[in-house]
Amino acid sequence: MLVELGHFSLVLAMLMSAAQAWFGLAGPALRQPQWSAVAYSAVAGQLLFVGLAAAALLHAFIGNDFSVLYVASNSNSALPTFYRIAAFWGAHEGSLLLWICVLCLWTVAVALRSHHLPRPFASRVLGVLGLVSFGFMLFTLATSNPFRRLLPAALDGRDLNPLLQDFALAVHPPILYAGYVGLSVGFAFACATLIEGRTGQDWARWMRPWTIISWAFLGCGIALGSWWAYYELGWGGYWFWDPVENASFMPWLMATALIHSLAVTDKRGLFKSWTLLLAIGAFSLSLLGTFLVRSGVLVSVHSFAADPARGVFILTFLVIMIGGALSLYAWRAPRLVSSAGFALVSRESMLLFNNILLVVATAVVFGGTLAPLIAETLGLGTLSVGPPYFSPSFMVPVLPLLALLGVGMHARWRRGGLGDARRPVLTIAALAVILGLAICLGAYASRSVLAWVGATLGCWLILSSLIDPVDRMRRKLSLPAAIVGMSMAHIGLGVFVLGVTLVETATVERDVALRAGQGVQLAGYTFTYEGGENIAGPNYNGYRGHVVVTRNGSTVAQLTPEKRNYWVQGSVMTEAGISASWTRDLFAALGEDVGAGAWSLRLQYRPLIRFIWFGALIMAIGGIVTLFDRRYAYASVASAETADATTQRATP
Amino acid sequence: MTPRQRRMTLVAVIVAGVALAGTLALRAFRDNVMFYFDPTKVAAGEVQAGQRFRLGGMVEKGSLMRTPGTLEVNFIVTDFKHRVPVRYANVLPDLFKEGAGMVAHGRLDASGTFVADEVLAKHDENYMPPEVARSLAAGKDAADSKAAGGSY
Repeated sequence: MLVELGHFSLVLAMLMSAAQAWFGLAGPALRQPQWSAVAYSAVAGQLLFVGLAAAALLHAFIGNDFSVLYVASNSNSALPTFYRIAAFWGAHEGSLLLWICVLCLWTVAVALRSHHLPRPFASRVLGVLGLVSFGFMLFTLATSNPFRRLLPAALDGRDLNPLLQDFALAVHPPILYAGYVGLSVGFAFACATLIEGRTGQDWARWMRPWTIISWAFLGCGIALGSWWAYYELGWGGYWFWDPVENASFMPWLMATALIHSLAVTDKRGLFKSWTLLLAIGAFSLSLLGTFLVRSGVLVSVHSFAADPARGVFILTFLVIMIGGALSLYAWRAPRLVSSAGFALVSRESMLLFNNILLVVATAVVFGGTLAPLIAETLGLGTLSVGPPYFSPSFMVPVLPLLALLGVGMHARWRRGGLGDARRPVLTIAALAVILGLAICLGAYASRSVLAWVGATLGCWLILSSLIDPVDRMRRKLSLPAAIVGMSMAHIGLGVFVLGVTLVETATVERDVALRAGQGVQLAGYTFTYEGGENIAGPNYNGYRGHVVVTRNGSTVAQLTPEKRNYWVQGSVMTEAGISASWTRDLFAALGEDVGAGAWSLRLQYRPLIRFIWFGALIMAIGGIVTLFDRRYAYASVASAETADATTQRATP
Repeated sequence: MTPRQRRMTLVAVIVAGVALAGTLALRAFRDNVMFYFDPTKVAAGEVQAGQRFRLGGMVEKGSLMRTPGTLEVNFIVTDFKHRVPVRYANVLPDLFKEGAGMVAHGRLDASGTFVADEVLAKHDENYMPPEVARSLAAGKDAADSKAAGGSY
């Protein structure tokens, strides 16, 4: 009964979103201000009904209601309660409902924080968000209803995929979706701007915080996924250039470009139409990602089910949304003209380079991800594109991006030049080169040029990000949140670059077959396999091995890799044994019993791998810190309107 | 420099940079794309000598042989029409088993054995890579119709 109520609530929520779209968009267009108020009520109604629908599904999961097909396929009575909750988004139907929930929460947040926006503008933003939510609800109800009954009910469920029975993966989808879906807010602001034909730049300031929050969530979500893949997929990689990873990485790259371009638009009123295009592009890529993941056209861990009807639906939706937004853009964007000029070496030009390089990087990922699809469609054979393409090609735009970043942060607006920062910047560049060499040769005895370049760039980013804050502190000037946040984010990037560089160049990895008591040398560590025993868990049984790692005779780590057999799905899983520290991870994964009393093992030494996720986290936190800057403490609509009027000068 | 020259320089720098990046990416792409072949295509000699490719199919039942106490395994990949022997000396993935689909990356050696450097079996026991599923379906149909023909 509750399940039918959930289903019914979702239908009502869809009607609410339709009302939100209609009244939100038609109100200002037909000059019916009271209609906008209806759009707000529709948002409240949508929150209520989406909440009810989600609660109904959650209830079915917690109460083990195996008469619901989705629950029966993805849960089991032996599954711990925490994972029964996480099973909500463990497969296609539920993750779509999660998409809808997250979008609903973003819409509510926009509605609550819209008091400083001109009423018609806010109304249009809600209208566009209503359209997006309507599309997704229709998709869910038409092709992927999580409330479908299974009659007769199953005695017990088929269990959640064991790979997903893990903390990081339980929280990865909600966080990732918060970012993915959050980009729809920037998209809605961009569409509203274009519909209204706003020629000023005030919208850039309104859009900035939303974009930064979603960007931060997206970054955290991707990092969590990478961390999970590292310890849970069992084989020690942190990034595979898997199509689904790329699907979330492309919007992140685009959103990164967008927040930098927004800075220029907000501050100087330049790049207006470019910024709008990026906002549309970032959300389009997140829709495209949804299409790639959910339609089953791509082969991956994440593509739950291949159902052509779903693919066609999302593709149609994609074409309508993106096509509509781009047509709107083509129609309105020529009105947006910027008057100001800037010097060749100035903050503006540096941010322009940032944008171009990031877009090129996105294009590199995009090409590699879609090439197999295109080749297949054109009948050119089945091909696959992997890390050997992605890694070097991605570096082409990214290395110059990192190198320019240290300069760009200090370039002055408009007139250009580095000003007082010239000397410290040059000093730090020299210092970074030396430090890079010291790290490579001294600490890791690595003669790779790439390692040196990477280490230098990492040090360069970290040190040059410190120039401005240190200078301000020394001169006892105020330190605005925007500067603190920006420096943090760039330091995070530097930490990340150091991590990736050393993991990629100084990792030592070996697959071996060992009998109990046998050992093997790896990067100065001795890994000794000391046998193991059978184990039993709540919904699995397995084997646990013991690997003792010693260095210079003293024990540094005891690793306990496991092999688990989840009996409900009959699937075998590898739980890696990992000893983590700031400077290195020691990793052991059990392969299988290879006979003659030996087990196959994969052993790894990975330096600085924690820097990768830690760096990503600092980046995201840096973004959040910038939101506390005074510039977002809005005065009033009136002052924004005046600003609008003063910047409405159009010159060729 | 006048603003116009400045703008032109900027545009030139950008165009040159994007062109460079594009060229490099295309080169990397051409050199690193891996094609997929099933045992039938391998038997037909469609693979160039020394070419690295992806081999897909089903691990033949009863074909898995291990050298005890080492990592070395030998098995046969089939699409029900043709068979390719495979040699591998690393840790096998969790879902690798006889009678299940798999994809391996590697090269053919002189004797026609596929020497794999990576073996993939996906993360769900029901899952079959689409291209492998297609190869198997095609092979099975052929085998069935042959059997049907024989019974006449």
